[in-house]
Amino acid sequence: MDSSGLLRLRGVVKRFGTFTALKGIDLDIAEGEFFTIVGPSGSGKSTMIRLLVGMDEVSEGEIWLRDKRIDQTPANLRPTCMVFQSLALFPHMTVGQNIEFPMKIRKEAPAKRRARAEELLDLLRLPQSYYDKRISQCSGGERQRVALARALAFDPEILFFDEPLSALDYRLRKTLEKELKDLHARTGKTFVYITHSLEEAMVMSDRIAIMKDGQFEQIAVADQIYSAPVSRFVAEFMGEVNLFPLHAGADGKIASPTLSVRPGVELADLTPGHEGLLMVRPEYLRLADGGGFDFTLSGVVHGEYALGSRIQYEIETENGMVTVEKLREDRLSAAEGQTVTLGFNAANTHFIGDAA
Amino acid sequence: MNRLDGKLGLLSALPLALVLLLSFLAPLVVVALFSIMPPKVFSLANMPDFSAYSLFFSQGYYKSLLWSLGMALSATAILVVICWPLAYAMAKVFGRFSLILTVAVVMSLFVSENIRLFGWVLTLMKGGLIEGHLRAWTGMGFESPLYSVPIIVFGLVYVYLPFMLFPLAQGISMVPDDTRQAAYDLGASRWQVLWQIEVPLAAPGIVVGSLLTFVLAAGALAESKILGGQAVIAIADDVETAFTFGQNWPLGSALSMILIVIIGGLALFGVSKVDLDAIMGRKR
Repeated sequence: MDSSGLLRLRGVVKRFGTFTALKGIDLDIAEGEFFTIVGPSGSGKSTMIRLLVGMDEVSEGEIWLRDKRIDQTPANLRPTCMVFQSLALFPHMTVGQNIEFPMKIRKEAPAKRRARAEELLDLLRLPQSYYDKRISQCSGGERQRVALARALAFDPEILFFDEPLSALDYRLRKTLEKELKDLHARTGKTFVYITHSLEEAMVMSDRIAIMKDGQFEQIAVADQIYSAPVSRFVAEFMGEVNLFPLHAGADGKIASPTLSVRPGVELADLTPGHEGLLMVRPEYLRLADGGGFDFTLSGVVHGEYALGSRIQYEIETENGMVTVEKLREDRLSAAEGQTVTLGFNAANTHFIGDAA
Repeated sequence: MNRLDGKLGLLSALPLALVLLLSFLAPLVVVALFSIMPPKVFSLANMPDFSAYSLFFSQGYYKSLLWSLGMALSATAILVVICWPLAYAMAKVFGRFSLILTVAVVMSLFVSENIRLFGWVLTLMKGGLIEGHLRAWTGMGFESPLYSVPIIVFGLVYVYLPFMLFPLAQGISMVPDDTRQAAYDLGASRWQVLWQIEVPLAAPGIVVGSLLTFVLAAGALAESKILGGQAVIAIADDVETAFTFGQNWPLGSALSMILIVIIGGLALFGVSKVDLDAIMGRKR
């Protein structure tokens, strides 16, 4: 067994009756990493975290933490812990008692517990006076911090998060995302985070794993997942995207049923005799007044939507709706109903091969 | 508009309020007044002398009270312990089977308590269902457990089980699953989860169930009469005797008042400690 990662999964399978929720997962998570698993509901990410925490048993495969195999270890004996989606704070205890709970379970001395709880209140930027507050007196964001403090008081090797921010309003979520990233940097702990929100994953993570149907589609840093998705699923999951069918003839000449291709254009990943999808993100499409673009197509401006700092256009083309995004100051000089020609260059595209 | 509604509301509540006041309070007031009358009078037009209360100590009625309270306390404690797993299963494990269990337990209430207790007498007596069969098959018999204090406590446990089971199941269902999982995940053992998470969070159910069973058991007399064969006398038995054979209404009233004050005080104390709104399903 190689020991490159802090947490290692080998061939992990989870079945519920005849349904296979996880189909042979291999994964290495490095010490100190902020690793996020993203996927739509039903993709198996919640099952995954339940296995990692110890609330469910694996059907097949192994989970290793450092040099110990932990897949048969019950949750209360694993040196990991989880921040629940509901936070699962203990309503009959004060903030201080909640934070001290794992230390009390370990039978640490009251003075030591108290000192650590006060440290953690500071770390989470909660006033010391909160020590004696009841949970019901805390706001949503404060509860979030109490839950984090309680988990850190356990001093886990790995801290798991099961969509803890999904129930909060947008602004609070944005603030806490940054705080969480900051907390990760300050504590140096390994964080494994589960979410269905791509945005959340992009803001915080070192690496992101995209999950679909009980398998990983792609594991990579955020930038790479955004600019070089391995499949249509990943491309569409990671925000707005335009996909054009493309094929290369036996002579290597590239052609598309919906795009005009400038003669002589080459794509590194498209070998003669193959086909696939050409991906271009909305921000790389331009109005092709003068020409000089590798790919062009024309269409009718269908709608214009303000997205705050950016403006999104829907343009009806032979390829269906094409999405274009511009910064507010670069607004397109085209009105609704007007026919426009769009262009983009090969350097700003990513080719997804025929397998996907 | 609102003031008119309020007035009409009060007005329409008045008849029922009066009936309740008369039917609940009046007997209590009469009992309270009789308890301070001289012995063996049947009219309230006498000089109060509180002599009935002194009989409580001088004639040993306090022993009956202590027996009643002691047996009620044991029955309540036993019920908490044996109902917890069952209530837990009803709230968390059984799912739809809980309904069948609920119906089964409630059905037993359809049959009169006395008849069910006599059923136990026939089952447990010497030459009864169990001992009789055993002796017929093996030739060996055993002494009947009837007519002793433990069998009275057994009777109390048996009769008042539903009054503990349902509040307890309600209390346990109020413990969020994820707090249990979180405590376990933070290193707590099963026992630590039970004592530090489940018992405190299910406390309203435990208190309500305990109060119901204790109050009912402390005022019970059928169990000690039928199963216990008056091995010990329950205080409720003394009250009944004083009113009937004894023809001493002031004594019966005084004993009732003592029981009412003790039980009422206990109930008020218990209820003040729990959030009844929570167990009735309303938001805190």
